[in-house]
Amino acid sequence: MATASVTASAYGARDHARAQEGTTVDAMPVLPASSWPTPPEGTAAEDIVWAETVAGGNYTHKVLARGTEVRLTDLSGDACAHVLLFSADRPWERLNAADTVKVLWNAYLGAGHLLLSDQGRVLASITEDTSGRHDALTGTSTLARNVERYGDGTPQSASPAGRELFKLAALKNGLAPRDLPPSVSFFQGVRIAEDGTTEFTGSAGAGKAVTLRAEQDVTVLLANVPHPLDPSPAYTCGCLEVLAYRARPTAAGDALWDATPEGRRAFLNTAEYLTARGIA
Amino acid sequence: MTTAVTSPYAAGRVVSDETVPARAAWSAIVRRGQLLTITDLHGNQAGDFLVYDAHDTSVRYSAPDTIQAQGNIFLTTGSVLLSNEHTPLMTVVEDTCGRHDTVGGACSKESNSLRYGHHTWSQHACVENFLAEGSRHGLGKRDLVSNINWYMNVPVEKDGTLGIVDGISAPGLKVVLRADTDVIALLSNCPQINNPCNGFDPSAVQMTITEPDES
Repeated sequence: MATASVTASAYGARDHARAQEGTTVDAMPVLPASSWPTPPEGTAAEDIVWAETVAGGNYTHKVLARGTEVRLTDLSGDACAHVLLFSADRPWERLNAADTVKVLWNAYLGAGHLLLSDQGRVLASITEDTSGRHDALTGTSTLARNVERYGDGTPQSASPAGRELFKLAALKNGLAPRDLPPSVSFFQGVRIAEDGTTEFTGSAGAGKAVTLRAEQDVTVLLANVPHPLDPSPAYTCGCLEVLAYRARPTAAGDALWDATPEGRRAFLNTAEYLTARGIA
Repeated sequence: MTTAVTSPYAAGRVVSDETVPARAAWSAIVRRGQLLTITDLHGNQAGDFLVYDAHDTSVRYSAPDTIQAQGNIFLTTGSVLLSNEHTPLMTVVEDTCGRHDTVGGACSKESNSLRYGHHTWSQHACVENFLAEGSRHGLGKRDLVSNINWYMNVPVEKDGTLGIVDGISAPGLKVVLRADTDVIALLSNCPQINNPCNGFDPSAVQMTITEPDES
């Protein structure tokens, strides 16, 4: 006679499920976030609001309060953080990659660059950057292209496409595919030659980090997938560490507020909106 | 103001032929296989342009996918305008200008307040045109994405500095697009007067749809 399965009864299934508690894997959220073992320098553990390691080929999303900083770290040197931002309770105001490069007169993202919405306001600012390899022009990967390049691009496959993961993240926030504008990405660089050619410059190495500061309440959608111009025939993408903590929004008098006249007016527009709503 | 040149649109049966006045919007359904000719009648007039799959408007032009696939930020003959699902919407089959922008996006009242100052608030802008014209097809704010700027010149310098500079277009130059599927084409004849994209003097463009002769 065969031994009875431990999950043959509801009691057994419950015991089996509960026995999994305490399992740790490389890529997972840590709760409470304040239990994260290594808070950023100068940050108290209790100010950490989001601590997660995102596997390559996976995604995450969070609604963040104004004044929160999110530090993204490329743990392996081959992560690529594709990011979309939406005004938290008014998602039709969202990241506008074209305005982000045009208004600030620069195609390359880095410290001091502002991620602008289509409403002439700041969604988040880039406060720190040790990588310098980013991209605001060539977007993320798609199902069709991943099928062509890797044989599959569906979320359940070994080579999920960025847009497919963004769709899931969007749907979980009440949004739909039509709410997904062009995204920006961090940790895999693209440069533009004089004749307009795109040049993939790849990663700056393991441990590089970028910090974004929410300048209004934002919904962050994040997909960690290979850069679409990554020439590697293999789908290679390492873990991305996401650590968010309470800080303060950029204020008048801060160097970043006055760094450029365009940025100053973007902060002024943001402040006007928040003031009119009674938020700040 | 230079003299207008008659639109040298693509050969075939003319489905529609319209002059779009300065600062105005235009849209049409362009059926698969039909050709859309955009003629810069007076020279250096930016044409802000978006394309949607006529049968599923959540599939729409994607500047990043288009750049990705061709490995270049400039559009010209041979450029395939790809959707956000990386499928072809239209193809540039002829371009007598040389290159066009798809990085700079559309002007808006909001972004004008950042780029030039709040004194520009009462000026007309491309996003106003896209919204008004798009709504005729059931499109709304959520449907606006980074667009194409025909005849607009946006170089990127070594350090990443980019800007809208003096145009390289001239009266009578044209772009011919072939529809690779049934599409809704949306144009804002750019009203911008604060940079050289329209030579500081917005002017009319010609939009001609032709059905190629059976071969």
